[in-house]
Amino acid sequence: MNARITLRVDGRDRPVALDTRTTLLDALRDRLSVTSPKKGCDHGQCGACTVLLDGRRVVSCLILAVACDGSEVVTAQGLVEEGEPHPVQRAFLEEDGFQCGFCTPGQICSAVGMLQEVKAGHPSQVTDDLTGPVTLDDEEIRERLSGNLCRCGAYVNIVAALREETAPSEETSPRAETSPSEEAES
Amino acid sequence: MTPFEYLRAGDPGEAVAAVAGRPGAAFLGGGTNLVDHMKLGVAGPDLLVDVSRLPLDRVEETAGGLRVGAAVRNSDLAAHPLVRERYPVLARALLSGASGQLRNVATTAGNLLQRTRCPYFQDVTTPCNKRVPGSGCSAIGGYTRYHAILGASEHCVATHPSDMAVAMAALDAVVVVLGPGGERRLPIGELYRLPGDAPQRDTVLEHGDLITAVELPHLPAARRSAYRKVRDRASFSFALVSVAAVLDLDGDAVRDVRLALGGVAHKPWRAARAEEALRGGPATEDAFRRAADAELAGARPLPGNEFKVAMTRGVVVAALRDLAEEGR
Amino acid sequence: MTVRRGAVGAPAPRVEGLAKVTGSAAYAYDRPVADPVYACPVQATIARGRVVAIDGGAAAGVEGVLAVVTHREAARLADTADAELAVLQSDAVAFRGQFVGVVLAETPEAARQAAGLVRVEYDEEPHDTELRADRAGLYTPEQVNGGFAPDTDEGDVDAAMEAAAVTVDRIYTTPMLFNNPMEPHTSVAVWGDGGDEGGGGPGEARLTLYDSTQGAHVVRSTLARVFGLPPERVRVISPYVGGGFGSKGMPHAHNVLAGLAAMAVPGRPVKLALTRQQMFSLAGHRTPTIQRVRLGAGADGRLTAVAHEVVEHTSALKEFAEQTAVGARMMYAAPNRRTAHRLAALDVPVPSWMRAPGEAPGFFGLEVAMDELAQACGLDPVELRARNEPEVDPESGRPWSGRHLVRCLREGAARFGWEERAAVPGTRRAGRELVGLGVAASTYPYYRFPGSRAVVGYDGSGRYTVRIGAADIGTGAWTVLTQIAADALECPLGAVRVEIGDSELPPATVAGGSSGTASWGSAIVAACHAFRGAYGTEPPPGAEAGADMPRDPDAERFAMHSFGAQFAEVRVDADTGEIRVPRMLGVFSAGRIVNPRTARSQFIGGMTMGLSMALHERGVLDHRTGHVVNHDFAEYHIATHADVVDVDAVWLEEEDAHAGPLGARGIGEIGIVGAPAAIANAVHNATGVRVRDLPITPDLLLR
Repeated sequence: MNARITLRVDGRDRPVALDTRTTLLDALRDRLSVTSPKKGCDHGQCGACTVLLDGRRVVSCLILAVACDGSEVVTAQGLVEEGEPHPVQRAFLEEDGFQCGFCTPGQICSAVGMLQEVKAGHPSQVTDDLTGPVTLDDEEIRERLSGNLCRCGAYVNIVAALREETAPSEETSPRAETSPSEEAES
Repeated sequence: MTPFEYLRAGDPGEAVAAVAGRPGAAFLGGGTNLVDHMKLGVAGPDLLVDVSRLPLDRVEETAGGLRVGAAVRNSDLAAHPLVRERYPVLARALLSGASGQLRNVATTAGNLLQRTRCPYFQDVTTPCNKRVPGSGCSAIGGYTRYHAILGASEHCVATHPSDMAVAMAALDAVVVVLGPGGERRLPIGELYRLPGDAPQRDTVLEHGDLITAVELPHLPAARRSAYRKVRDRASFSFALVSVAAVLDLDGDAVRDVRLALGGVAHKPWRAARAEEALRGGPATEDAFRRAADAELAGARPLPGNEFKVAMTRGVVVAALRDLAEEGR
Repeated sequence: MTVRRGAVGAPAPRVEGLAKVTGSAAYAYDRPVADPVYACPVQATIARGRVVAIDGGAAAGVEGVLAVVTHREAARLADTADAELAVLQSDAVAFRGQFVGVVLAETPEAARQAAGLVRVEYDEEPHDTELRADRAGLYTPEQVNGGFAPDTDEGDVDAAMEAAAVTVDRIYTTPMLFNNPMEPHTSVAVWGDGGDEGGGGPGEARLTLYDSTQGAHVVRSTLARVFGLPPERVRVISPYVGGGFGSKGMPHAHNVLAGLAAMAVPGRPVKLALTRQQMFSLAGHRTPTIQRVRLGAGADGRLTAVAHEVVEHTSALKEFAEQTAVGARMMYAAPNRRTAHRLAALDVPVPSWMRAPGEAPGFFGLEVAMDELAQACGLDPVELRARNEPEVDPESGRPWSGRHLVRCLREGAARFGWEERAAVPGTRRAGRELVGLGVAASTYPYYRFPGSRAVVGYDGSGRYTVRIGAADIGTGAWTVLTQIAADALECPLGAVRVEIGDSELPPATVAGGSSGTASWGSAIVAACHAFRGAYGTEPPPGAEAGADMPRDPDAERFAMHSFGAQFAEVRVDADTGEIRVPRMLGVFSAGRIVNPRTARSQFIGGMTMGLSMALHERGVLDHRTGHVVNHDFAEYHIATHADVVDVDAVWLEEEDAHAGPLGARGIGEIGIVGAPAAIANAVHNATGVRVRDLPITPDLLLR
């Protein structure tokens, strides 16, 4: 069965005819050649396919494209504005928050969506006081990003990137100031 | 995945009629479970009726309680100020389930109707009575780490995977169902079935029945409530065992208590025996342990999941002790 | 000869970083190709037997299906000596999940639907998938991975054990483990007959593969042999690789399947990406191990005997013998030493390389046993190891090129707050949590494989291009090689562009064995020096010079290994047994660190995988069916963000004068070695429970 839908992807209207069975992820990758969302598991278990759908982070592999007709999709590619990487993307570069890079677009979209959730005051599993304001400490970052697996093990650097990104701009992380090799022999 | 037609329903009645009239039709909510199963070949509907955009996405205050629309996303329900204030056990249960991305999509009704994560159920190359009635149960004699210790049968030892439903079971939630014959209300305890000799049926719902809302009753004691989940990873994994607990103290005595267990049975397991053992008695660690033991006296663990008895006891005691300490 | 310092040693950001964070880096499946065809494999549902009938009729009837290829239709391969790669060449089934066919279609949806409609009938034979130490049919392989002898026996271990004041004699096990790089194994194959990318003349069949591999050249040479083509008519393109950890170090069956499938639609690219589930039977794995470790020591903890005897599996289809006990041959001074490897050839998928093959599982057994010995002797585990430092390599008698294990241990102990460790296990609490600290030693050999060549070119306007068919699977190789070239050419980093990931480039060895920087890097240094030697500092436009990796005579004269000390803190919930690791620290001695930024990521990445191995990972083989039951990320857990709290790595500032021009010994694998033991030892310190079987899960710590 085929359907005609229009997705707004990274700021452009993309009409497409597709099989109703096509997931949002496959529509982006195989039909629209938008390959920044990755297929790591195809079952919602790794987060590599994370995009922002109508402003919320979702795993695009478990959503049927046909159910998204008229929706707005932002991928990691679309976070770049006028050639300038998004601050979260810059923070990942700064803190070496990736190695092979395959989970990275998903981590970044997830982080961007997560920061919006925090701004909206959404609690997480590790929020002590459910009725109070939310403070984004390291534990909160880790819990909220746990839907994104990274086999290279860049987790601590990703958390550092988001710590940087969410900290007041004049502060710097202690880790960035001294290189480990300088410390080792001291 | 077999081909299917897609229909975006305009209102609940239309949706019910569309599904009820076609044996191969299914409702599509967030899809995080159904689309997964369609990829695995576990489900093969020929018509999907999309109910995710029906106007069932509101959380409304009722007389002391809340009415939660079936299409309310898990993340929105967990973040709702009244849920956080009045039913922390529910907010905690929701937040302990899945990941941020999945909670943004999964709906209230869809979460209630999640199917088991039994790996044999999900693998169409292995026998499974729940998937193909009469084919046999591969979990018995197989990998049982995530399987039931309470209420199972020789036909099925699967567990219900939802965290949210465990909290709702403790809260005595009522499920509002629209069927071809009209609307009815089901206490959540009556929604779910034990496997018996028909494990293919998770609930008492009939084809075409659409959950439209969940009602959370007035329960002031639930302001002191907790959800504890034990699992193999610190986040983003299903429960080995979990407990939803509401504890109402009168001094050092238990005035009322609600306990439901996850990860131990084919349904969210309301621990009625434990509750009974606790009501009116002292809120001590000893009493909590004896209450847990009373519930677990009926446990029939499988080779490979014997640990769940001690683990359940541990998590029940811990949850109740923490609530009692919070109350002092 | 060494290179001048400048770019080398600086924390240069990854040269490909922007492409990765913005999602424009094109991995194998992402490469734009015209008119693609989608492939979906059909897998065996029995573990052993024969295919007696295949009905592809219903599949062929699905709209959009182009071909159903089984062993009846598939082309005969030119070389089937490697049984893993003899895909669709017979009706035999050797393990559950093996390829028995493939469906090609115009859309991925149609291919997948049709693959599910292929009906296969089998003549099933009894299968055998269960590894036990007491089973019949265990055999000694001719050699184990790395070319090592399977057994060694020095002195008289039995007599030494008999005479020892203190002994440890225990069985340790590690489960079947899966590499699980985030990018599933993918091959996009197209057959052409001359012209553009594939090379070769008109009319000559040629194969182009967009692949996800740790070595474009090894894929090229292997597939050329399998398909009976001269290597120059196979091209493998693979600039971006979404992790590998050994599983993409050699071609697997899917590469051949993609090539065979593409023959059915000549000229059209066939996209084949394994699903996550398929990877559990088709992309290699680490064998389960059963390790008996015996340690004998005097009351002062000085070892008199070390024995490490291992039972593990391989596939009946193809042998892979993990070198689990090899590390015990050189680690500690003991006059009496014995190691042994015994294999069971089972009806299981083909095992292969996984990060630190040998050392990763072997140092779980050895280093937990050392902790048990320390406890038995009443010695601090750091001190016990210090007392057993060998002056020279006990195995070869050669001097060490640089062995600084004790410095790593002492440095780590000071940094980690080791003195806070409770001397009596199970006595330190924080609220409802039991707190413990643990330590373990790590090592990994220095490998430099011959066979790499680099070519340097100059464009006339200040830009140098360095070409080598290396691979960056997330290691930072791209950046590190750029730094090495810049220093060897004595030019700014920005003047060098390194090209990798294509078999059209000069040959390079595989990204494995932590050998990349040393092997490719020394070839690049030689090429840069050859270039400057030929053209000086003002080369003409188009100037070009190349060199092979030079020989390294010191590798024959010295025992060359990296070392490390791993520290872990664990907290165990007294009510539920839940285990958390709030801190890990690794202190490493790995020779010169070329790029501190990417090196730290490699070390902590390895340690994180070690944490995952310690607490989460276990492939569950159902012996009734021979399949891995938990074959996805919901059931086969790998560590996620919430599990990984504070993992840090530091290193000794050093240079190994014997490790080639760079003085670097390699860093990709040592981070995983010893990490699981450090955590297991910390769990013991916290709880008093000695877990000898991985993974360490909450149920094991319930009281």
